[in-house]
Amino acid sequence: MSTTTQERTARPRLSPRKRAQRMRWAQYAVLIIVMAVAIYSANWSQIQSVFFRTDMIQETFTQGLPNAFKNTIIYTLGAFVLGLVWGTVLALMRLSSVAPYRWLASIYIEFFRGLPAIVVFIAFGLLPLAFPGLVIPFDPYGTVWIALGLVGAAYMAETIRAGIQAVPKGQVEAARSLGMPSAVATRKIVLPQAFRIITPPLTNELILLVKDSSLVYILGLSRTAFELTKYGRDIANTNANLTPLVIAGFCYLLITLPLSMVVRRMEARQKKER
Amino acid sequence: MAASSSSHASSEVVISVDDLKKAFGQNEVLKGITTNIHRGEVVCVIGPSGSGKSTFLRCLNLLEDPTSGKVVVDGIEVTDPDCDIDHVRADMGMVFQQFNLFPHLSVLDNCTVGQIMVRKHDKGDAEKRARTNLERVGLLDKEAAFPGQLSGGQQQRVAIARALSMEPKLMLFDEPTSALDPELVGDVLSVMRKLASEGMTMFVVTHEMAFAREVADRVIFMDGGYIVEEGHPDDVIGNPQHNRTKTFLQRVLNPTHVEPGAEDAAHAERHAGEEPHDGDGTIPPLGLSTNTRHGSGKG
Repeated sequence: MSTTTQERTARPRLSPRKRAQRMRWAQYAVLIIVMAVAIYSANWSQIQSVFFRTDMIQETFTQGLPNAFKNTIIYTLGAFVLGLVWGTVLALMRLSSVAPYRWLASIYIEFFRGLPAIVVFIAFGLLPLAFPGLVIPFDPYGTVWIALGLVGAAYMAETIRAGIQAVPKGQVEAARSLGMPSAVATRKIVLPQAFRIITPPLTNELILLVKDSSLVYILGLSRTAFELTKYGRDIANTNANLTPLVIAGFCYLLITLPLSMVVRRMEARQKKER
Repeated sequence: MAASSSSHASSEVVISVDDLKKAFGQNEVLKGITTNIHRGEVVCVIGPSGSGKSTFLRCLNLLEDPTSGKVVVDGIEVTDPDCDIDHVRADMGMVFQQFNLFPHLSVLDNCTVGQIMVRKHDKGDAEKRARTNLERVGLLDKEAAFPGQLSGGQQQRVAIARALSMEPKLMLFDEPTSALDPELVGDVLSVMRKLASEGMTMFVVTHEMAFAREVADRVIFMDGGYIVEEGHPDDVIGNPQHNRTKTFLQRVLNPTHVEPGAEDAAHAERHAGEEPHDGDGTIPPLGLSTNTRHGSGKG
C-alpha cells in the first residue's frame, strides 16, 4: 500500500477519468488526420465521374429505374407473403404432436437454412430445362416468389415457432376451458399474440428478402422483369461506369432504411409495454 | 354468519368423481379422490400447497388428464376417450389464479370470443350477453379497455364475466384471489359471493378461510393427494376432527402462534421424499392469503 502512495507522489499519474478523456481526444485526432489525408489525396473528379456521373444518372432514371424498383418490391412482397404462410405451416408442424411432422419440418428448415440461396435460384433456373413443359404461374414473378419464398419460409418458421412458444401456456388453457377446439385456440388466441411478439424479427426477415431479391438475376429474366441490381448492373456494364449501380444501391436504402426505423420503433414500444 | 350460507344445493349430482388419480411421472399428486358435487352447491377446497387441490380442479375439465378414475359431468363421462370435451368445457366456466385474459382482445371481445367461436352466437347477441355479465361484475364501463390497462382485481372480475358469458352450468375457481394484492381481494370475493347467492354451482380452490366459512355449503380439506375431511364449513373449519386439518387451520388462521413441534411433524409427514427444508422450525406459515404467492397452486 505504502509503495503505491509513494509512486503516486513521486510520479504524478493521471486519474483514470482524465486518462480516458485524453484517449478520447487522441482518437478524435487520429480520425481527423485520416480523413484529412483521404480528402486531400483523393481524386475527386475521377470519383465523381466513376460513381456519380450526371449523364449516367439521367440515363439510369430514364431507361426504366421505376420499373426495376417496382419489380424489386413485387418480388420481395410476394416472396414474403408466401414465406409467411409456408413458414407458419412449418412452425406449426415443428410444434405438432405428430412426430413425423416435426421431423419433416426440421429437415426442411435445416436444409433450406443451410443452403446458399443462390443454389436454390440456380436450381430454379434449370427447372424448365429439366422438366420441359413445366409451367410456373405468374411467370416470371411466380418462379421468383417460390424460390425466394421457400428459402424465406425456413428462416421465418423458426421465428414464428419462437413466437408461438413465447405465448404463455395459460392462454391456451383459458381458450380451451371456454370450449375452443385446439385449432380455434391456435388461430384466434395463440397466433395473433405470437405475431405481435415477432413483428420486429419478421420485419428484419423482410429486409433480408429485399436484398435477396437481387439473386433473381440468375434466372435469366427478360429486361422488363429486371429488378434493381440486375438493372443497374446491366447499364453499368454497357457503359463501363459504376453510377447506375450506385443509384440501385440508394434505391435499396430507400426501402430498407424506413423498414429498419419501423423495427426500431416497434422494439422500443414493446420494451415499454413490458 | 350462518344465515348467509343459504344453500341452493339440490340432491342432483352435477359432478361425480370416482377414485380419481393423477401422477406426474413418478410424483403421485392425487391418490384416489371420490366425491360428488350437487347442483347449486358451493364447494370450497382448502389445504396446504402441494396437496393436489389445483390438480383436482384441473382434472374436472381435463386441463390435466387423469391417470385413472372416473369423472362424470352432468351425465357425461369426461374421462371417456370418446367424450367431446370441448362441448363439456363450454358448460364449465373456469377462473384461473393468473386471470389468463386474452391480452390482444378488448374486455368486451374477451367476453364474446368464446360465445362466437364455440356457441356460434352472432356478434350482437354475444355482445349483449357480455355486457350483461360485465355489469354483474361491475365493469361495464371498462368494455373498451384492454386487459393490460386493468388492475389485477378488475382483470379477475373480467375473467369471471368471460366465463359467465358462456352461460355455464357450473364454475370452477382455481385460487382466484391468490395472485391479487390484498386490497383487491374483496372485490373479487364479493362478486363470487353474489354468484353463490344466485344459486350458481361453484367449485372453489381457495385460501380464503373466511370466504369458505361464510359462502361454502361444503368444505373439502385435502392433504397429500387425499381428501382428509369434508363437510359443513362450521364443522371442518370450526371444529376439525383430523389432526392434519387442525394443524393446517391453526397455521392459516393464527400464523403467529404456531407450535414449532407440531409444524415440523406435519411438515415432515407431508413432504416426505421432497427436497429438504431448513428443518429448524423457521418454516414460514403456509396458506395465508397475503402470503401464498411463493408456493401455492401450479402457477
